[in-house]
Amino acid sequence: MTAPLLRASGLEKRFGALVAASAITLDVQAGERVSLIGSNGAGKTTFVNMITGYLKPDAGRIELAGRDITPLDPRAITRLGVARSFQIPQLYPALSVLDNMLVAIACQENRLSFWQVARRADAVARADALLERFTLLEHRERLVAELPGGVRKLLDIAMALTGEPQLLLLDEPTSGVSAEEKFPMMEIVMTAVGAQPLTVLFVEHDMDIVERYADRVVAFYSGRIIADAAPQAALAADEVRRYVTGTLEVTTC
Amino acid sequence: MSASISTAVPAVPMRPPQRASRHLLVIGGIALTAALLVAGAFMPKWLTFLVTMAASHGLVSLGIVLMMRGGVVSFGQGLVFAIGAYAAALAYTRLGMTDAIGLAVLGGFVATLAVAPFAPLLSRYRGIFFAMLTLALSMVVFGVLVKTDALGGSDGFNMGRVTVLGQKLGDAQVGYVLYAVTIVAAAVLALLARIYFDSSRGLLSLAVRDNELRVEYLGGSVRRAMAINFMLAAFAGGTGGALVVMSLGHIDPNFSYWTTSGEFVFVAILAGWQSVLAVFIASTVLEVVRSFSSLYFPNTWQLSLGLFLLFVIRFLPRGIGSLWIRRTGASRHQDAPR
Repeated sequence: MTAPLLRASGLEKRFGALVAASAITLDVQAGERVSLIGSNGAGKTTFVNMITGYLKPDAGRIELAGRDITPLDPRAITRLGVARSFQIPQLYPALSVLDNMLVAIACQENRLSFWQVARRADAVARADALLERFTLLEHRERLVAELPGGVRKLLDIAMALTGEPQLLLLDEPTSGVSAEEKFPMMEIVMTAVGAQPLTVLFVEHDMDIVERYADRVVAFYSGRIIADAAPQAALAADEVRRYVTGTLEVTTC
Repeated sequence: MSASISTAVPAVPMRPPQRASRHLLVIGGIALTAALLVAGAFMPKWLTFLVTMAASHGLVSLGIVLMMRGGVVSFGQGLVFAIGAYAAALAYTRLGMTDAIGLAVLGGFVATLAVAPFAPLLSRYRGIFFAMLTLALSMVVFGVLVKTDALGGSDGFNMGRVTVLGQKLGDAQVGYVLYAVTIVAAAVLALLARIYFDSSRGLLSLAVRDNELRVEYLGGSVRRAMAINFMLAAFAGGTGGALVVMSLGHIDPNFSYWTTSGEFVFVAILAGWQSVLAVFIASTVLEVVRSFSSLYFPNTWQLSLGLFLLFVIRFLPRGIGSLWIRRTGASRHQDAPR
């Protein structure tokens, strides 16, 4: 078995009395599509925030391709090939869609210049190619502040991909999107992501989405992992049905 | 399943980038500079002096605008203004350096070097904290200058007439030559500022202003961007200070006083952050309003200035620059709630 791309070992995180992560241990192989599920407050986003350096674990170690990234800040981790999108899209609302992409490209290429115009031809071409993959090309000159939520979500993910990362973390990519738009949106994302050799971890609440797009499901409850298996097996586990999907009735005497 | 999601807003046709090309920018800048140089030869002396002051003060405000694009406003820009001016005046009186161009460049560099150690600290602060810290620094320098007898204390000291490219300036030429030096220096720095605004680093400043978290998650350094802006602003401010002291022939600690910094902020707000040209227009407006108001209402000219600013904030909330900058891209939503 090859070494995992991502290895989290014994992660602990507390916020006062609240246990947000308890003994989280997880290996993710390159190329896997892993869905992180769990009810609100289960620890999914805390886990993502620890991987990306926004939160430092109280204990434990995080490795990316064998390298310890636990003490690094988000910027350094991004430079090592970890990208993320956010539950609430983190964009530049006062800039156009294209300028949002150009900021992302300039930052991730580390080619910030005092002299070269931001809209240099090769950067614009790269931005357009990604926007096309995400069906956003028609919005390229539109201000982000004017865009509907679903389009912002797609742009948020498109920006994360500008650096051609090894590992992509999607925090609830379909949250805030209407039920009928969830699958089309996820289809766009997965098609666009599929063009790159990428490992994807995505936090998701919609189990139909999870079943369709994940190779593996990791279920969280009260800051610990309660299931880690293929989608059907994980979703059928008693603890997952009881604490996550709510499909197992709790009997009381 | 078809992979499309509703957009709720009609798509707009793609259009080419709106920014003017470099060539047009340079040609336009040269033409405007040449026109001002020619016009200066026919201006009355009072007007030449007024425009000289407006252009050199405009450089200081340009520094504030540069920082405003990154989301912070310095209330202590008088600090770099004073450092640049004192550096030029001291180089003249103590070192015998008399060339106006050299003194202007020296003022910029000394101001940048003097504040560089504070840039990493200041880059950690935003909003009122940044404003107050810069104000505090400028007032510390003011206090030191007032108490330093070697620099003339609260009275300051005089400097003599500068030379330009080795040529001594006669009474008849000095006003115009200093006007020309100031106009050219302002034009060069304005052009460089425009190039910076349109560059990827300039775009990053706007991104920092909008969403710092995402900049870091894209691998960009917010603090480095803020520190760079602060030091570039110091260079512009120091150069402005050196140009002013050469025209006035006198320097005193009031260059660093908080009311002086306030005037620079006034001009920056009047101009808005979109246009470089607007900064110099706003600076000229301030000089004109100040000159005429102090002539006709000597004790209440600040009242006229305040009323004028209120008018601009009410009717041009994005500053004078919004009169000709199209409401597109970065410019359109800058006054939206943040």
